[in-house]
Amino acid sequence: MLYQPLEAAYYDFEIARDPARCIQCRVCERQCSYGAHVFDEALGEVRSLSAKCVGCHRCEAFCPTGAIRIQRHESDFRDNALWSPQYLKNIYKQGSTGGVLLTGMGNSQPYPVYWDHMLLDASQVTNPSIDPLREPMELRTFLGCKPDALQFDEGGRLITRLTPQIPIAYPILFSGMSYGSINLRVHQGLARAAKELGILYNTGEGGLHASLWDYGANTIVQVASGRFGVHAGYLKVARAIEIKVGQGAKPGIGGHLPGEKVSAQISVTRMIPEGTDALSPAPHHDIYSIEDLRQLIYALKEASDYQVPVSVKIAAVHNSAAIASGMVRAGADIIVLDGFRGGTGAAPTMIRDNVGIPIELALAAVDERLRQEGIRNQVSVLAAGGIRCSADVVKAIALGADACYIATAALISLGCTVCQRCYTGKCPWGIATNDPYLSKRINPEIAAERLTNLVRAWGHEIAEMMGGMGINAIESLRGNREKLRGVGLNEIELDTLGIKAAGK
Amino acid sequence: MKRVYPIEEYCIGCRLCEVACAVSHSKSGDIVRAYKEEGACPRNLVEESGAVSFCLSCRHCDTPQCAAACISGALRKDASGRVIYDEARCVGCWSCIMACPHGGIRQDVVRMKIIKCDLCPDRDVPACVAACPNRALKFEERP
Amino acid sequence: MYVIVGGGVAAVGAIEGIRSRDARTPITVISKEKYLVYGRPLIVEVLKGERTADEIRYREPSFYDDMKVKVMLGVEARRINTAAKSVELASGESLPYKRCLIATGGVPFIPPTEGLDGSDVYTFTTLDDAERLSAAAPDIGRAVVIGGGLIGLKVAEGLHARGVPVTIVELAPRILSAAFDDVAGKMILARLQEVGLQVFCGCSVAAVLRSPQGRVRAVRLSDGREVECGAVVAAIGVAPDKQLAAQSGIKVNRGVVVDHYLRTSAADVYAAGDVAEAYDISIKANRVVPIWPNAYQQGYTAGRNMAGARARYAGGLPMNSIAFYGISTISAGVTNPANGGYQVLDQIEAERNRYRKLVFKRGRLVGYVLVGEVARAGLLTGLIREGVDVASFKEKLLSGRLSYLDLPEGLRRERLS
Repeated sequence: MLYQPLEAAYYDFEIARDPARCIQCRVCERQCSYGAHVFDEALGEVRSLSAKCVGCHRCEAFCPTGAIRIQRHESDFRDNALWSPQYLKNIYKQGSTGGVLLTGMGNSQPYPVYWDHMLLDASQVTNPSIDPLREPMELRTFLGCKPDALQFDEGGRLITRLTPQIPIAYPILFSGMSYGSINLRVHQGLARAAKELGILYNTGEGGLHASLWDYGANTIVQVASGRFGVHAGYLKVARAIEIKVGQGAKPGIGGHLPGEKVSAQISVTRMIPEGTDALSPAPHHDIYSIEDLRQLIYALKEASDYQVPVSVKIAAVHNSAAIASGMVRAGADIIVLDGFRGGTGAAPTMIRDNVGIPIELALAAVDERLRQEGIRNQVSVLAAGGIRCSADVVKAIALGADACYIATAALISLGCTVCQRCYTGKCPWGIATNDPYLSKRINPEIAAERLTNLVRAWGHEIAEMMGGMGINAIESLRGNREKLRGVGLNEIELDTLGIKAAGK
Repeated sequence: MKRVYPIEEYCIGCRLCEVACAVSHSKSGDIVRAYKEEGACPRNLVEESGAVSFCLSCRHCDTPQCAAACISGALRKDASGRVIYDEARCVGCWSCIMACPHGGIRQDVVRMKIIKCDLCPDRDVPACVAACPNRALKFEERP
Repeated sequence: MYVIVGGGVAAVGAIEGIRSRDARTPITVISKEKYLVYGRPLIVEVLKGERTADEIRYREPSFYDDMKVKVMLGVEARRINTAAKSVELASGESLPYKRCLIATGGVPFIPPTEGLDGSDVYTFTTLDDAERLSAAAPDIGRAVVIGGGLIGLKVAEGLHARGVPVTIVELAPRILSAAFDDVAGKMILARLQEVGLQVFCGCSVAAVLRSPQGRVRAVRLSDGREVECGAVVAAIGVAPDKQLAAQSGIKVNRGVVVDHYLRTSAADVYAAGDVAEAYDISIKANRVVPIWPNAYQQGYTAGRNMAGARARYAGGLPMNSIAFYGISTISAGVTNPANGGYQVLDQIEAERNRYRKLVFKRGRLVGYVLVGEVARAGLLTGLIREGVDVASFKEKLLSGRLSYLDLPEGLRRERLS
């Protein structure tokens, strides 16, 4: 390519425009935030600069005649099983910039997806199916520490004091996406949908915008290592508090909001100067041991008068089981495991793609360990990290989760095409950007509707799958490994997951 | 009477409302032919400045200045309250354009006639409202 | 009964205004002309032969039936008996009224020029005038049009289209002296000359010269030159037809004096249109502004008030939209600021025949002239009408890329909801 640096020479997408259908309406030009469409005044037509295309498909989605197709258009390098083109391009870029490669969303590499190696049971003949259209199907569950045993008085009244419990109408919650990585309008959509559905959404580590305090009953506030936006009011308004130790997309390092995305409003909510990078440190600088975690958990319980459950979120890593056991004993009411497919607004590519383990394995290991130690009842376990559909949710619950967190799926329902450019702040879908012009593209009313529709739809499907298995309550599905069978898995994988092979 | 009201907070300046208007008022009704053969012309106009944008179309005023200015009697307020015009009578004098305080009437300099929103009498919901991808246009009655 | 004297656009406005409140009480319209209401500015199309009388109607004939209006065509009103509340016709008949509207319009001003009396002299304000001139056109060798204002230029255009060579004689140093300024006047003059019209500015017709048979053969100009011609059109201007009011003891000035509700000095008698001297926003005083939109709006407001409303007339503005051989022009308000206190911003592109001129006073737009590009001119008219403070976006107004978003946010939101 003429006069371009090496890393711009080979680009990934071609904007295919059908001239027979293009009416030069310029919608594509206006909607593209990367400048890949330009109106040439002299020629009187829109021209496409494929080198700038990031594959977000906004133009394709908006073209009123369907004249645009975004196609893979990689230059063909000589076949090499080791040096695939992406490695070459990464090196060209780093040779120019000397910088860390950044990316967004979750691990995109071809590691195994264990959800796709597990199949669900169904009832035939014995233990008949339950018809969800005719029978009640209990999708509701409760998050919180359950007591070891229940004691009643002579009159049948409960004596045991229960710690705070949160009922959720579906075993699905909206996971943390910080205010800053996404904008206020998306948060408004999440909050409204959570309220409408009877579930919760998580603020992520960017604090809670003042206008959303009314949704406190459906909000989980996050206390992350940067402590952005954390103050007494913040803790008191919420339904639960979550200490974010790590996230699946970047285990071991802290969050990163590039300065371009720190607008005036973000600055106020996060309590940091405008335009500065918001870097969360890797560890919480007050958690250097499991005892420190216990101290923080109880400090938060004190600050919130023991009214709400405290959750602790970790990335799924090696030894997740042992870590989880420690978290339970430290007093957490809920633990969150975030697998390596978890999304992010910005992370170093190397870390996103090479650190952490699959949630399926971590979940199974943690559930098994906690049961063995007899402490499984003391926490609710939430699984996160690339839950794509209702079948993944059912499988996760069967492996031992109380409920699932979704985030990437939620954004996809708003139009996200996982182009992985969230860190630029130019999201043309208006999601991962604080640019006032782009942010308008999310109408909170529509967002809330789509999110509500998504979870309701999954709810219907979960009810169908459960009914098909002859189960009518989430409680009966949880940890019910017998309902799963593995395909294409080796013995160790089957053993870690705690499931039998199909046919057995 | 229902009118089309723009919502600035949700308008993303995509101008699909203009495309929809032009197509629904074209002879062929086909988007490609309307633009390539017929020289499609929308009756509305998306105003844009920085991050603010909204779609402007004839307000169908209670006391229309355009109808008062029209020298051929083409522009009238009909029984439903819409301000309509008889194309055959229009002489292209642009008096209505001189009078409309919203700048909501456009010139078709080829045919020397005006074009203006007619609130899509043949549709349940005006084309622009239906086409907006972000619900930035509402078709409703306001006191 | 409501009686309306005059059958033009002000009368139509009044009918529609009355009927917006009163569907029953009969209305009678008395018109001197023998035609139902037509678009008066369109008579030039009839002269050109491009449209027939029927094709320039302002309302369909069924309008009168639908509105329950009785029309008396070719009938003249002699006097309004304000005491007895009746309109006396020339025929002797008397029409009693509950409320009456004087909408008699204007009459062309005929100068007392030597030799003007007689044949081959025309005016150009009515359909009859256009039909007469149209019939005579094939036999006219050259026409001299006295007056280079809007009417003069339109009749010249009409005759030119019929193949009649035309000479326009204008007293002022420029054509369109009232509506336009020097720059715009010059641009249009150049265009007219390009098309083949002969124009003399800064002089007048001193005398009309006739042949022994009494036919017009030439005019002598004030500078002594003679121009051979076979017809003369007096198009100097139009004066309010206030005779009826004057004879009825109703207060007249230059026109019939009215208040903010378009009431005359006589109880239950209103006036509207070219005959009325109503509030003019541009000078903040009453003035006769014989402009089509004003006539309709005055008629409409008067009609509503005649039917019991208490509607203040919002005020009129001088404004004109007129094209000359492919050059569109629109002007409104104060276009030639006389004394001090005004700021003027302008932009001239002579080669493209484009001109934009904005006149401001105390931070508010009070007038404008547009030549060539006239899109959305109404935005400017609206700013003048509402007296919006435009000091902060004057330059934007000039650029011609004015958008609704340049208006103050409060005003914009209010207007749109």
